[in-house]
Amino acid sequence: MSHDVNLLHQGQDQRLVYMANQITTFFAYEPDEPAVAAIESHIRKFWDPRMRAKIIAYVADGGDGLLPRAQRAIRQLQEMNAIS
Amino acid sequence: MGLIQEIDYGTKPANAETLVSLTIDGVAVSVPEGTSVMRAAMEIGTQIPKLCASDMLDSFGSCRLCLVEIEGRAGTPASCTTLVAEGMVVHTQNERLGRIRKGVMELYISDHPLDCLTCSANGDCELQDMAGAVGLRDVRYGYAGDNHLDAAKDVSNPYFRFDPAKCIVCSRCVRACEEVQGTFALTIAGRGFDSKVSPGMEENFFDSECVSCGACVQACPTATLMETSVIEIGQPEHSAVTTCAYCGVGCSFKAEMRGEQVVRMVPYKDGKANHGHSCVKGRFAWGYATHRDRITKPMIRAKITDPWHEVSWDEAIAHTASEFKHIQAKYGRSSVGGITSSRCTNEETYLVQKLVRAGFGNNNVDTCARVCHSPTGYGLSQTFGTSAGTQDFDSVEQADVMLLIGANPTDGHPVFASRMKKRLREGAKLIVIDPRRIDLVRTPHVEAEYHLPIRPGTNVAILSAIAHVIVTENLIDADYIRERCDADAFAHWAEFVSQERNSPEALAATTGVDPELVRKAARLYATGGNGAIYYGLGITEHSQGTTAVMALANLAMATGNIGRVGVGVNPLRGQNNVQGSCDMGSFPHEYTGYRHVGTENVRESFEIDWGIKLDPEPGLRIPNMLDAAIDGTFMGLYIQGEDIAQSDPDIKHITAGLSAMECVVVQDLFLNETAQFAHVFLPGSTFLEKNGTFTNAERRIQRVRKVMTPKNGYEDWEITQLISNAVGFPMNYAHPSEIMDEVARLTPTFANVSFDLLDRVGSVQWPCNEAAPEGTPIMHIDHFVRGQGRFFVTEYVPTDEKTGPRYPLLLTTGRILSQYNVGAQTRRTENSAWHKEDLLEIHPHDAEQRGVTDGSWVKVASRSGEIALHAKVTERVAPGVVYTTFHHPMTMANIVTTDYSDWATNCPEYKVTAVQVSPSNGPTDAQRDYAELGRRTRQIEVAAAE
Ligand code: SF4
Ligand code: SF4
Ligand code: SF4
Ligand code: FES
Repeated sequence: MSHDVNLLHQGQDQRLVYMANQITTFFAYEPDEPAVAAIESHIRKFWDPRMRAKIIAYVADGGDGLLPRAQRAIRQLQEMNAIS
Repeated sequence: MGLIQEIDYGTKPANAETLVSLTIDGVAVSVPEGTSVMRAAMEIGTQIPKLCASDMLDSFGSCRLCLVEIEGRAGTPASCTTLVAEGMVVHTQNERLGRIRKGVMELYISDHPLDCLTCSANGDCELQDMAGAVGLRDVRYGYAGDNHLDAAKDVSNPYFRFDPAKCIVCSRCVRACEEVQGTFALTIAGRGFDSKVSPGMEENFFDSECVSCGACVQACPTATLMETSVIEIGQPEHSAVTTCAYCGVGCSFKAEMRGEQVVRMVPYKDGKANHGHSCVKGRFAWGYATHRDRITKPMIRAKITDPWHEVSWDEAIAHTASEFKHIQAKYGRSSVGGITSSRCTNEETYLVQKLVRAGFGNNNVDTCARVCHSPTGYGLSQTFGTSAGTQDFDSVEQADVMLLIGANPTDGHPVFASRMKKRLREGAKLIVIDPRRIDLVRTPHVEAEYHLPIRPGTNVAILSAIAHVIVTENLIDADYIRERCDADAFAHWAEFVSQERNSPEALAATTGVDPELVRKAARLYATGGNGAIYYGLGITEHSQGTTAVMALANLAMATGNIGRVGVGVNPLRGQNNVQGSCDMGSFPHEYTGYRHVGTENVRESFEIDWGIKLDPEPGLRIPNMLDAAIDGTFMGLYIQGEDIAQSDPDIKHITAGLSAMECVVVQDLFLNETAQFAHVFLPGSTFLEKNGTFTNAERRIQRVRKVMTPKNGYEDWEITQLISNAVGFPMNYAHPSEIMDEVARLTPTFANVSFDLLDRVGSVQWPCNEAAPEGTPIMHIDHFVRGQGRFFVTEYVPTDEKTGPRYPLLLTTGRILSQYNVGAQTRRTENSAWHKEDLLEIHPHDAEQRGVTDGSWVKVASRSGEIALHAKVTERVAPGVVYTTFHHPMTMANIVTTDYSDWATNCPEYKVTAVQVSPSNGPTDAQRDYAELGRRTRQIEVAAAE
């Protein structure tokens, strides 16, 4: 039983990683700074708090598989969260 | 409440500015130049007898009944083909005219059965009316001569009959089929006395090219072509104007009734979207409303494996509320949510999102528009500033070049397709970009200038290639860009598309399209006059759906094709109220009018109006709700009028998510696929049973009017209101008009909308406010809503769904004319005569390689799963591509589609799945299991006999 749940959990994280990378890829042609800001803003505006919390935790855990700009955007997101 | 009688002016209106004055029977009248004498007479209420004329058709002048005398002109010209002239003096009635008309009528009647009393058209027959109008009292020729009275009836079409014995060969039907519908299915075969109406090559209607739109039936002045329902029920006695509940064209209809029974639906000439035309679905496929499968009593069950158990409304609502409260107490406020429907009214949609935001206290509300057009909203709002198409449908009449991509209007949006075809017959040019050779590529009297048969999933690449040609060959509209668009963004984009890697030549290997063809198409769109883009789900349902919408917006801005009649970027919406459900705040991050829940002043306006604190954080989207359910944090879902288990991709993901929830409430007409996973079933009502509004693809808000009592007891908005009251957030609307008043109060783009206004002017297109009191047909006229138009770099990113040795073919999905979406309604009508099952279209080359023959069973396998269906071997699809529809649940096309989705909106990638196809002997295990599951979970407990 617990195996299944773990697998699903892993699946969930991977899904979010995939989504964050997809968003990042859209802004691939943009310069660094605005691209990271756009990714951060997209995630903040469209992801519900539990999804954001998950991806933030995932980055804190190493952020395996996330594109570098996605990682930076999510760290920025975390800082914004901390401020507000 | 009587029958709404629309005036038939006999000929079409002229739209010249210059007025011409004349006298008809001593009465002075001024009409636009180009008006017929017949129409001018009708303007002053003088009805000149006529048989072959109708204001839906070009005048023809064959029956000779409409003769008049014009002072200073010889003979008796036909008033339907004679145009007015300044100072003209017309006489419509005198002894000579009366005599000639009687003679004409005598000839008609001598070859016409005299069974008026038992004829289905009795009370609605123009021949009968004309016999009366000309004072016909006897027929000198007798009835014994040669006649057609024994001609055999054609009853092949389930919705109308053809009884040639009654035909007067006025050819109104033939002309309606050509001019209004554009199908050219009918001809007048033979000559003189032998001439007769014939579908196709002397075939019957059903086997001919006929698409059963009914335009000919509506045009026929006699009982020759007659709705089967009128033959069976009799003539209607009252009617109400309402809006079709099928597709995003939003055709306006008169629901013609006898008591609470629908006799027929007649397209309304004043309908601004359809101008008196319709397709087979809207006109004929309403029988589902009274289908025996309809559930009319609420039901509950503890587990989804239990049989259903009928309960009272009170019990069902109380149970739902207590389950949701219980779940929220246990798992937190955000553990429940709702899904609104693009099939329900604006008012109903608004109420569901209000229930979620105010009653449940979170923003977990989403809509099935997510799975079709969410990229449109996002893409167009980023580039132009509004989440909607830019034009009205009438705009097509001034388009010179149509760029049609990822849409198949003759099947998906038939009435609009007829209007496109009409404009194309007038000389406009068409570019089709589609993996399939859709009908519009070549259909009678219409041929696309270019068809670019792209590989599925390469929209963005082909659009980059087109942009490359436009920029590098300097076909841009530099003045327009300078005045209207953000200069830096343009420069950045132009630099990007100019790169060699974006040239048609460099991208040919990706798109599979001959670069020369791409260059020609690009030049035509950029320089051919008014360029109008029309697109559908073939653009949005991709992992780069939003990118492609932006790419289209870029093209339109670069060529100056936005902000006037005849141009624009026009999404062809799937379901009837996709636009409306998005407008009404169905997305988890947005209130009505596309305003983010995090925007303080917007949220405050809702908080004040609703008297409750609202959550500033975006909620979950449908796929994320399912993820969260599997994760154990989302446990209760209220679904109004939506069948996510059939219409959403990757059924395994859906079923895992739904099965993990503790309370799924489905409100629908039928026990749909999603209801298999539900614990509460609340029976819904049809569009015939409710008041409200729908908003079509051109942002047009139109009334839906109740013509019968809801069989389930409540209109859908009333049910939502009951739930809201039960969970403790009071709602007290007495009528949907009050809900619309609230929307108007809280939404700047709707400020002026009210039922009163709609009743007065028929329909309005939002924005409708102080600046535009009666709405806005064309948007972005002087400036873009966002200020400056913004170009976005749209880099092509291949989908991760790739073909390979195991799955070498690309599957793409779509819909056909006679069926609608998941088919819950159309499958329960005679429309199934045209589409009994979903078929897999496969190119002869691919079929032969695999030993697949036409009509044989084939298995389609993808990474997600396997289904089996029958094959149709056809060159419509390119080699390497296969295609199917998703109208029948047993096909379960979504077993094979994957859960890849659009980067910005999570709109699923329905349009590309890598598959393998092989011969098979019947349904797969998954299909069999699913059929068995359906049988088990649909059981309803029979109440014990007393
Ligand atoms: S139903 Fe429509 S398509 Fe068929 S013959 Fe009549 S007008 Fe033509
Ligand atoms: S079928 Fe009706 S519309 Fe057609 S030619 Fe005969 S009478 Fe006229
Ligand atoms: S389905 Fe669409 S095109 Fe057909 S009648 Fe209804 S709104 Fe019109
Ligand atoms: S109505 Fe004018 S000729 Fe028939």
